[in-house]
Formats: sequence, C-alpha cells, structure tokens
Amino acid sequence: METIKSLIQSNFPKATIAETEKLTVIVAPNELRSLVEFLYKYEAMPFDYLVYLIGGDDGEKLGVTYLFSPSTNPTVELVVKTATADRENPLLYTITDMYETAHLNEREVFAMYGIRFINNPDMRRFLINDDWVGFPMRKDYNADPAVNPVSIESKDMSDISNRIIETSEGLKEESFSIFEEGDYIINIGPQHPSTHGVMHFRTSLDGEIVKKIDVISGYIHRGMEKLSEGMTYPQILHFTDRLDYLSAGINRHALCMCVEKAGGIEVPERAQYIRTIMDELNRISSHLLAWSAQTNDLGATTAFIYGMREREMVLDIFDKTCGGRLIVNNNVIGGTMFDIYADFQKDVKAFIPYMREKLKEYDRFFSHNVIALGRMVKIGNLSKEDAISYAVTGPAGRASGWSCDVRKYQPYALYDKVEFKEIIRYEGDSYARYLNRLDEIEESLHIIEQLIDNIPEGEHCAKTKAIIKLPEGEYYQGVEAGKGLFGVYIESRGEKTPYRLKFRSPSMALVSVMPLICKNEKISDFIGIGGSMDYVIPDIDR
Amino acid sequence: MLQNYSQPFEFTNLTKWIDTALNANLPAFWALVIELLLVGIALLAIYALTAMILIYVERKITAFFQARIGPNRVGKYGIFQTVADVLKILLKEIIHINRVDKFLFFAAPFFMIVASVLTFGAIPFGQSLHAVDFNIGAFYVTAVSSLGIIGVLLAGWSSNNKYSMIGAMRSGAQFVSYELSAGFALMTMVVLTGTMQFSEMIETQRYCWNIFNGHISSLVAFSIYLISGHAETNRGPFDLPEAESELTAGYHTEYSGLQFGFYYLAEYLNMFIIAGIAATVFLGGWMPLQVNGWDAFNQLMWYIPSYLWFTGKVFLLIFFSLWVRWSFPRLRIDQLLNLEWKYLLPINLVNILVMVLLVLAGWTLNDLF
Repeated sequence: METIKSLIQSNFPKATIAETEKLTVIVAPNELRSLVEFLYKYEAMPFDYLVYLIGGDDGEKLGVTYLFSPSTNPTVELVVKTATADRENPLLYTITDMYETAHLNEREVFAMYGIRFINNPDMRRFLINDDWVGFPMRKDYNADPAVNPVSIESKDMSDISNRIIETSEGLKEESFSIFEEGDYIINIGPQHPSTHGVMHFRTSLDGEIVKKIDVISGYIHRGMEKLSEGMTYPQILHFTDRLDYLSAGINRHALCMCVEKAGGIEVPERAQYIRTIMDELNRISSHLLAWSAQTNDLGATTAFIYGMREREMVLDIFDKTCGGRLIVNNNVIGGTMFDIYADFQKDVKAFIPYMREKLKEYDRFFSHNVIALGRMVKIGNLSKEDAISYAVTGPAGRASGWSCDVRKYQPYALYDKVEFKEIIRYEGDSYARYLNRLDEIEESLHIIEQLIDNIPEGEHCAKTKAIIKLPEGEYYQGVEAGKGLFGVYIESRGEKTPYRLKFRSPSMALVSVMPLICKNEKISDFIGIGGSMDYVIPDIDR
Repeated sequence: MLQNYSQPFEFTNLTKWIDTALNANLPAFWALVIELLLVGIALLAIYALTAMILIYVERKITAFFQARIGPNRVGKYGIFQTVADVLKILLKEIIHINRVDKFLFFAAPFFMIVASVLTFGAIPFGQSLHAVDFNIGAFYVTAVSSLGIIGVLLAGWSSNNKYSMIGAMRSGAQFVSYELSAGFALMTMVVLTGTMQFSEMIETQRYCWNIFNGHISSLVAFSIYLISGHAETNRGPFDLPEAESELTAGYHTEYSGLQFGFYYLAEYLNMFIIAGIAATVFLGGWMPLQVNGWDAFNQLMWYIPSYLWFTGKVFLLIFFSLWVRWSFPRLRIDQLLNLEWKYLLPINLVNILVMVLLVLAGWTLNDLF
C-alpha cells in the first residue's frame, strides 16, 4: 500500500492523497484517466476491479468517487475522487474501456447528476427517462411535481442514442441508432415471466438468435438514495429490504454494520450469532429461489415448486423470528430487533438434515438430466476477465473462477470464526453457476451447523442513542449477499441523516453482462442464462 | 349371440335397438339422417366431456407430482372445477385486437378444433363405438390431424404479435418434423397388421398386442410414436411453441374467451387422440385381454366393457405423458429438430425395413407361436 502511495505521489504530484479510512486520491478531471490507467496497468498488483462508481454533489462541485481493488486481492482498496465545478455542462472522461461495469454506472451518474462522460459508447440516461427535467440527486434539484408531471401518454421506444467522443479536432457530440436498419426487435419485458421483475431487454433477433440486447431499467425506480438523504438511519433500514428482496436480511445487515462502524457501536456477541445464522438462512432461501427460477426458466415447472417447498421452511423460521417472511426485518442498528424464539435452534436443526436430503433429490431430479445439461453446459460463457471487468460477483463471478467472496476476504460478523469453503468453478457457463448455488447451500448449512449450538447468552441488541448521528466522513461496508457483493456507502456531515447514501447492487453488474454473454445465443438460452445469473430488478433500480 | 349375454354393459345392444326402432318407423333415408345426427351430437358431447375430464385429471395428477393439492374448492375434491372453468370461458368476452388480420384471426381456432374433431371421430372407443371406420383409417388420421398446424400458423401470423409469430414458426417446424416420425411409426404397424383399418387392426390383436407381436421393431415404433406424438401435441419437453417462460403463451397469446378455449380444448383432446391411437395401434385398442385357449378367462374379461378397456389403456398412456411432461425441462429449437432429423427419422426408416423383414421371414410372435 505504501509503495502504491509513493508511486502515485511521484507520478501525479498534483493529486492530493488523503489517508482516511481508505487510501484516497483526489485528482483533477483531466488527470483522472491517466491515474486510472496507471492503476489499471500497475504491474505488481493491477487494480482491475471497479467496486463502485458513485456520483456526488457537495453543493458546489459535481464529482465521482471510484473504489478500485485488485481482483486478486480485494482487501487492498483505493479510492479515487474527482470533481468538476462546471454545473451547466459537466464533463468527465469515461473509464468504460477498462472497466465495463462503469458503463451502466456512468449512465446512472448522468441521469442523477447530469455529468456526461466523454467516450462512453452510449450516453443515454439510465433508470430515468430521457425527457426528465433536472437531475434528481443534485442538491439544488427542484422536486416540484409540476416540473415532471406524471404522464399518462404511452411513449414509443426510441432507439436513438447519443454520445460524446473525443476526436483530434476536439469533442464531438453525435447521435446514433442502437439497432441496425431492418432488425427484428422484440421487447423482452418489462412485463415478461422470465425477466424476474420489471426488466426490459430490447432484443434484436435473427430468427431465433439474439443479435443485440439493449438493457433498459428503471421501471421500479423509487429514488431510495434521494429519499434516504432526508431520513434518519433507522428509517433508511427499511429501504434495504426492498432492494434485493431475496437477500433482505443480508442487505439490512450491511447498512447496520456501516452505521455501527461509523458510530462506534459495539454489537453484542449474541446478536452477531443471530445475524450470521439469519444471513446464511437468507442465502439458502435466496439460492433456493434462484435454483427454482432457473429450472422454471428452462421449462421444468415441477422443480420450481420443489425449490419453493424447501424455501417455505426457511420462511417459516423467519416468520417466527421477526414476523417478516420475505422482508426479513430482524437487523437493527446495534443488534437485532428480536431475540430468537424458544424453538429456533430446534427448527433450524431440523431443517439442516432435511435440506441435505433435498439437495440430493435436486441432484437426482435435475442436475444430471440430459435436456437440462444440453440447456446449461457451455451456454452463456463468461470468462474470468469479463467477470472482473463487469464486476460480476457472487455465485456467478465464482463460477468464472474469480475468488470474490466477501465473507472470505473481508470477514464480517462471525465469518472469520467458522470454517467453510469458497465454491469456485472455472467453466463460467450456466451449469457452473447452477452448481455453485447448490454447493453454496451446502456450505451455508455447514456454517449454521457450527453456530447453532453455541449461541451465547446475553443481550441481543446494544443500547443506542435515540437519535443516531454519524461523525463526518465517508463509510463503506460490503457484504456477500445472495447475488454477490452488496455495498453501502454513507457520506455523513455529522447530521442525523446521511449527506449521500449509495447502495452498490450486485444485480446491476449481473444484468450489465447479459448483452455480452447472450450474444449469438438462441432466444431460449437468453432466458436460461438470465435464470442462471439470478438478478433481482428492484436491486438495480433502487 | 352368446356375447349379448356375456357383455351386459356394452353399447351394442343400445345402438342395435335404436337402429331397429328407427328403421321400423321411418323411411331408410330419414333413419340414416337421424342416426348421423345422433352420432354427431354424441361425438361432440363426448369430445367436450373428455376435455373436461382430462383437464381435471391433468391438474390433479400434476398437483400430486408437484407436491401440491390441486383444485379443491368447487365441489368435493374440486371435481366441478373444470365445469366452472368451461362456463367461465363460454361467458368471457372475446377481446378484439387492433390491427390483426380479422378474417384469419377468427378462422384460425376453427382449423384447430375441426382437425381435432375430425381425428376424434376416427377413434374406436369400444366395440361398435366407432363413428368413422375407413379402410384407410391410419392414413386418414395422419392426414386430418395435420390440419391443426394451419390453425397454429394462422394464429401466429394474424395476431400481429412478434411473440406469437416466433411461437407459430417454431410450431410449424416442430409439427412438420414430428408428423413425419409419427406417420412412419404408424406405417410400421400397418406393415405388421397388413391393414389400415382400425377395426381390423384391433381384430388382429385379439390374442397378441402389436407391441408384443412385432417385438423389437414394435417397441421401437411405439417409443418413437409416443415421442413424436408428444411433440405434435406441443406438450412436455416439446412445448416450445408456447414456452411460457420465453414467449409467454406463444401463438395463442392474443386469443381470449372461447377462441382461446378452442385452443385449450384442442390441446387436451390432441393428447387424448394421440394416446387413443397409440392404444389402438399398439395396445389392442378396446379389445379386452384375451389369452388363446383360456376360454373361461376370456369370457370373464368380456364382462368388463370394451370402452373401459380402451379408456384404461388411454389413461395409462396419458399418465405416462404427464409424467414426462412434468419431469423434464424444455428442449431448445435446434435440439428439438436435431432429435427428429438426426435420430428419430433414420431410426424409423431402418425400423420399417426391419419390420418388413420380420413379417416376410415370419418372425412375428403370431407366426412363431
């Protein structure tokens, strides 16, 4: 870390280096690209993994914050910040050519803050309509409903996009058509049984073969990040469950940890046990649903219902613990809202052998079926390089051979005390992702097994102040949610509400890679691959 | 005439009685007209009833496969569920879609239902319960059942919906391919029995079902017929034209009310028809189990009416079809066509040759024993 710091200092003397929680480099917009390129090509440890890309507005300047990590060792983290004072026509350089995941993120920043990125191949707004007036996340945004009245007119889809490219004569704005003339375009979504939510894939087909996919999202955009800026931390907790609703408890855990870390709140040991067990149960239910949905996407309705049957047992445990089944609202800042109920251990211990038995059944019923293999093996290949470039984490990233389990490299809660395997496969196809989930269910059971008998006595929630104020600073906490790395970024100015809050969602990366891995596959496989990626749309739209 | 007393539940007596009664009181022409009408009405009634029973049976069996309960609200065990559903679908509004090809859009469901009814008429349900008994029965069935695909293609084409169109095109490719296999499999059995007439086919199977009579070759033909029949009815791992998770509902996405009902009905009936023909051609049709020389046993078997034998065999095959349908994931279009053109069709062609050799060399079970 020290070497990279001194290297940056010598190569970029104008950059400011701040040593806060993470090593932070602040550069001018014109130096950004060369710094990022330097990091990307840094030989000893290339920073080839863009963890998050966050737009920001400090009242005067509009800026972007990046978090880079080497994919081989994501514990090393480097924050890069840049900002431009031009509020009328803010321009920054793109880093999409190095980090593909930046593409959709930059489009989101454009939609929210109005910053346009030079050389980004497609500079439409993401998540909100192109004709939206104003940029919602800016601090001086006019939220008067009269400015953006609810339209009841149906709008035609426009396939015209624009971008700014840098040529030898300077910057040039151009508009272009996303699809070619005469393409057979179908809308897969927003209302479609297999997009797992209101996702819209505008797809051009050549017969049954997918030629190009245009990802359109935002149909369930609720502006959570903007709303959070006017809410206290305990209030914001309720948003996390509504992101990736399948890993509701894990998402909530991330925000709780982020606030606890910032506020210096000590979490009781008992709460840590409950949280870890609940997280793993949550992961099991998420993976079970992923398995079910994938089999259903491949046309096996019976397998779908089998998965639901087992998930029901987990949901019953959640129900008895905290009253929520899907929206597991057990975690609060400082611990858990409820203590475990009397028969919790008994129920969980009954579930473990039952689930093991059923995993064998899944294996017999579906995993080796000839048709299923034909629909999954060598379909939707995602190479390790692409997985890193698109920041595809979770079971999908690990199926491409990338060791990216947050529980392993940055253990939180009790993950450093339990023994479990990180499931890694190298094929990178749908089948590897499919098997990874089933194996992770087994690992989760193993983790629960180690904890369930040792839950210590004591408080289940620390005493916190009635109003939680975080000291000034930036805080980030990542957890391993069902779909991959889920991160919470809080920028606090010492108030009881955050100045900026951002959720780094795993599903966005999963969706952004769909156009790549579905190209030249059959339309049926597009659906099957979507099932194997297992994205949840509210997680993208936030 | 001994049979009249030994088969108390057969319809033979009833039909004979009606025939004599009509002929005694009316001129021959009018008697014939009334009989034709009666047969037509009876067929349509059975058609609708069978569909309703099938839908209920499928829903219930599927529910048990899937660890569910199935319909259980309307009547005991939900037995009136389909009746309620049929009433509902009859009363539902037919939604008029903008910018569809009106004429073709309305005509399409009729092709489907007419093809299905025409085939339905040729099935021998039991002794003397046989509306159309051509001497080219097998050929007729193959011919008219393929009319249904016109309904599917028209529906997809006229709906002005891209999903429907993809579904219809898939269906076209699938149907044309698998019709070939189904036809060849039937042909194999025609070679074995030496007739195309279903009633004669059943007669030749009195003591030895075709599936045993032609042993290896018959078994191959039977499996191929079941697979391709399954594919023809757009069910099971071959439900690509509908492919819920890909194309929402495929070619009939835009249909509502009774028009959709026609497709729904035809789909279930086609399943029945395929099973019925398979039972007739391979499993002895309505003929009760008979063993050569065991007269008392044979007599006893005739006490179970022939239509029950037929229904039993058909439902066995339908159960098998449901089992397959609810166990396997869906094939992809290229895998589907590979299966047909690269595997089933060549096997089928060889199989016919084998069957011809078996018959010529006298190696069928009937010849051997």
